[in-house]
Amino acid sequence: MDINDIIKPENRVYKRPALLNDTHMHYCPGCSHGVVHKLIAEILEEMNAEDKAIGVAPVGCAVFAYNYIDVDFIEAAHGRAPAVATAIKRLQPDKLVFTYQGDGDLAAIGTAETIHAANRGENIAIVFINNAIYGMTGGQMAPTTLLGMKTATTPYGRRADLNGYPLAISNLVAQLDGACYVTRQSVHTPAAVRKAKAAIRKAFENSMAGKGTSLVEIVSTCNSGWKLPPVQANEWMKEHMFEKYPIGDLKNV
Amino acid sequence: MAKIRGAVTIDEEKCKGCSLCVASCPADVLSLQPKEVNNRGYHYAFMSSPEKCIGCASCAMVCPDACIEVYRVKEP
Ligand SMILES: Cc1ncc(C[n+]2csc(CCOP(=O)(O)OP(=O)(O)O)c2C)c(N)n1
Ligand code: SF4
Ligand code: SF4
Ligand code: SF4
Repeated sequence: MDINDIIKPENRVYKRPALLNDTHMHYCPGCSHGVVHKLIAEILEEMNAEDKAIGVAPVGCAVFAYNYIDVDFIEAAHGRAPAVATAIKRLQPDKLVFTYQGDGDLAAIGTAETIHAANRGENIAIVFINNAIYGMTGGQMAPTTLLGMKTATTPYGRRADLNGYPLAISNLVAQLDGACYVTRQSVHTPAAVRKAKAAIRKAFENSMAGKGTSLVEIVSTCNSGWKLPPVQANEWMKEHMFEKYPIGDLKNV
Repeated sequence: MAKIRGAVTIDEEKCKGCSLCVASCPADVLSLQPKEVNNRGYHYAFMSSPEKCIGCASCAMVCPDACIEVYRVKEP
């Protein structure tokens, strides 16, 4: 059978999602942000939520998320996405409101907003990209950086006595009564991508159902910050990140 | 038994040559162009062994830049 007999519209089983704008994304080659953007676009398309969804973009590498995912977006000040999302959802309770945040944004400067939005049980979904580093600003240590991990500000590796311990913030959020769904996923294999997609979809449905706050952590790579080629970064993530940040549900009520 | 045949299209200009698709393909279908580059200078991915493709979409799922679309047929 000739390849041109296979590549026909009726045989297509996987397509670029319609809600992902036809533009070049600024992310480094192999960056997990791209995969998660694609999943969000797919889910919103499948949920017919094009006109219902409002995203809140972070400060960090994903600052331009609104250029890529074709739904309404607001850009929040660094770490303030859950506070902005709170206001949106309270004013427009029929909307699907989600934030998209890195670990510097969510677990450092925005810790208070994260914890309090979840503790108030705001009906928002939080998509949390944990690459254990500040990607955008050049690979500095984040609260989530692993012990021993080299970054621009811990050139000899993170030390507990000097820099404290890696913060598993999703575990903290899972303790809060307002959080209905907290899960940790990744996107390094096709199977992981499928599970991450199901988790984000559930979080979005929770926002619509008014069940409380959902947090989907995606354990991610930052190839540039980690100074590894993308395939090796995935390997490194499997070997090191999953020990501190194990994949699976932390709370599901 | 009917044989499953697949094929992919790759948006060469969006591809950043990250190789995640190459690593995730269970049938060794894909490679990065050894010499050719796209307008941004990336060695983009292509089907180096198209006859082996089973249309499983593993490559497309892990592609961060949504470059890959997948086609599948049952060969009679
Ligand atoms: C109020 C304020 N403080 C600091 C910064 C600098 N800054 C920009 S992005 C960033 C951290 C980004 O890291 P993360 O949230 O993990 O996202 P990533 O880039 O890794 O995706 C910082 C500290 C800023 N823009 N605004
Ligand atoms: S710096 Fe890191 S997080 Fe930012 S785009 Fe590059 S790989 Fe992704
Ligand atoms: S569809 Fe499956 S077999 Fe075909 S190139 Fe992609 S990963 Fe390989
Ligand atoms: S995963 Fe996508 S961007 Fe990376 S090499 Fe393959 S087609 Fe190109």
